[in-house]
Amino acid sequence: MSVPVLDVRGLAHAYPDGHQALFGVDLHVHRGERVALLGPNGAGKTTLVLHLNGILTAGAGSVHVSGMAVEKKNLKEVRRRVGVVFQDPDDQLFSATVRDDVAFGPANLGVRGPELEACVRGALAQVGMLEHADRPPHHLSFGQRRRVAVATVLAMQPEILVLDEPSSNLDPASRRELADILRGLDVTVLMVTHDLPYALELCPRAVVLHDGQVVADGATHDLLTDAELMRRHRLELPFGFDPAALPRPGPVVT
Amino acid sequence: MGAGHGHRLHYHGHSVVHRAPAHLKLVALVGFMLLVVATPRQWFWVFAVHAVVLLTVVGLSRVPPAYLAKRMVVETPFVLFAVLVPFIAEGPRVDVLGLAVSEPGLLAAWGLLVKGTLGVLASLTLAATTEPHDVLAGLRRLRMPDLFVQIMGFMLRYLDVVTAELGRMSTAMRSRGLDPRSPRHWPVLARSLGSLFIRSYERGERVHLAMVARGYDGTLPTREQPS
Repeated sequence: MSVPVLDVRGLAHAYPDGHQALFGVDLHVHRGERVALLGPNGAGKTTLVLHLNGILTAGAGSVHVSGMAVEKKNLKEVRRRVGVVFQDPDDQLFSATVRDDVAFGPANLGVRGPELEACVRGALAQVGMLEHADRPPHHLSFGQRRRVAVATVLAMQPEILVLDEPSSNLDPASRRELADILRGLDVTVLMVTHDLPYALELCPRAVVLHDGQVVADGATHDLLTDAELMRRHRLELPFGFDPAALPRPGPVVT
Repeated sequence: MGAGHGHRLHYHGHSVVHRAPAHLKLVALVGFMLLVVATPRQWFWVFAVHAVVLLTVVGLSRVPPAYLAKRMVVETPFVLFAVLVPFIAEGPRVDVLGLAVSEPGLLAAWGLLVKGTLGVLASLTLAATTEPHDVLAGLRRLRMPDLFVQIMGFMLRYLDVVTAELGRMSTAMRSRGLDPRSPRHWPVLARSLGSLFIRSYERGERVHLAMVARGYDGTLPTREQPS
C-alpha cells in the first residue's frame, strides 16, 4: 500500500495548563480520500488539526505527512503539504486585496513573478472567485470570503486540505456551492465538522473523535445510521434527516 | 456585514493631489507640520501664508470643503481646551467682550488653535486624497521599519472588523435594555471595551496562527507592483 498522505500514530497532547486533549490518536488518510472528522465540542478536533501542520508539537506519538515527519526542521515543507482553512475567514484574510491574500502563502514559499500570478489565478479560478481578485476581502460576502480562504490554501498546492467547520455560518446556497467546489478538487480532504449531512454528502469515510480518542472509523453512512454509536458520542442528526433513507455509497477503501 | 466601501476619510478623485506619489505627500505633510509648529505664535502674518498654501492644496485636490469641515470635528476637544486657557492662565488681564481674560493665555490659545487647525486640516487632506494602503506603501518607500508598516496595515484591515464587533456587542446590550447614553451604564460600557480588547487580542493570535500555517516567517512578501 502507498505511503499515506496523513499518518498519525499514538498522538497525545497536553496543554501547558495540564489539560490533556489527545490520548493516543491513530489516523491514516490516503491520497484522494475525503474524510470527515466528527465529534462533540471539546473532543480535541482542533487540537488534532493544529498538530497536522506543526503549530502544536506532539507530547507523544508522531505525525507524518506523505512520509515526512512533522518536526521543526521540516515545518516549511509540512505547511506547504498541509493546507489548513480556519473557521473564521476574517482570521485568514488580512490583506488589502484578495489577490495579495492568495499570493501570501506561495510567496512565503519563494514563488515570485509570473509564476506567482499563475498560482493565484489558478487557485481563485478553482473556487470561482477570479473576477474578485482586486477587491478588498472585507467587502465580500461571507460565503465568498470562505471560498477565498480556501483559495489562499489551494495556492500552496497542498497534498491535503484540512477544513475546520467549512459549512458554518453559510446560507444553504453558499453551503452547496462550497460543496460543489470541494467535490471538484483533486486533493485529499480532511474536514472537521458538526454538519453531519454535509459530512455524508462529501466524505465517504468518517472518523469520530471523543475525549481525545478515535472511537469510530468507517463509512460515514454506517456511522450515521448506528444510533447507539451516535448517542454514545453526543452526535445528533438534524431534525427530519434520515441517512438510512439514502442509498449507501460503495465500500470505502482504507 | 455592512462595511462601507472605501475608507471613511478618503474622497475618491483624480486631481493632481490625488495622483501625487504618496511618499512625497507624506514628506510634505510632515515638513508642513514641523514648519507650522516651529513658527512663533506672534508672527500672525506667517500663519496667514501657511493657511493660504494649505487652502491652495485643498483647492487643487477638488475635495469639497464641506467634506473636510465635517471631519474637522475631531478637533473639538482640543478647541474646548484652547478656549479654557485664557480663563485659567496667569498674567495681566485684558477685557474681551466684557470678560477679563489673561493676555498670555489668549496668545497661547491662539497658538494652540491655529497650529492645531492647520495640522488637522493638512492631515485630513492627505487622508482624503490618498488610499490607506498607498499611505503604507509610501511609508515603506520612506524606509519606515517593516514591522511598523505591517502593524499599521493590520490595524487598517481589522479596524472595520473590530468596529463591527463593538457594534454587535452594543446592539446586543441595547436589546437587553441598556441605554448607552446614561452615565449609570458607563461601567458596563467600560467592561465591554475590556472584553472587546480580549477578543481582539485573541483574534490577533488566530490571524497569526493562520499566517504561520501558510509559512509566515516574520516578513511579509513584498507587494507585487499592481499590474
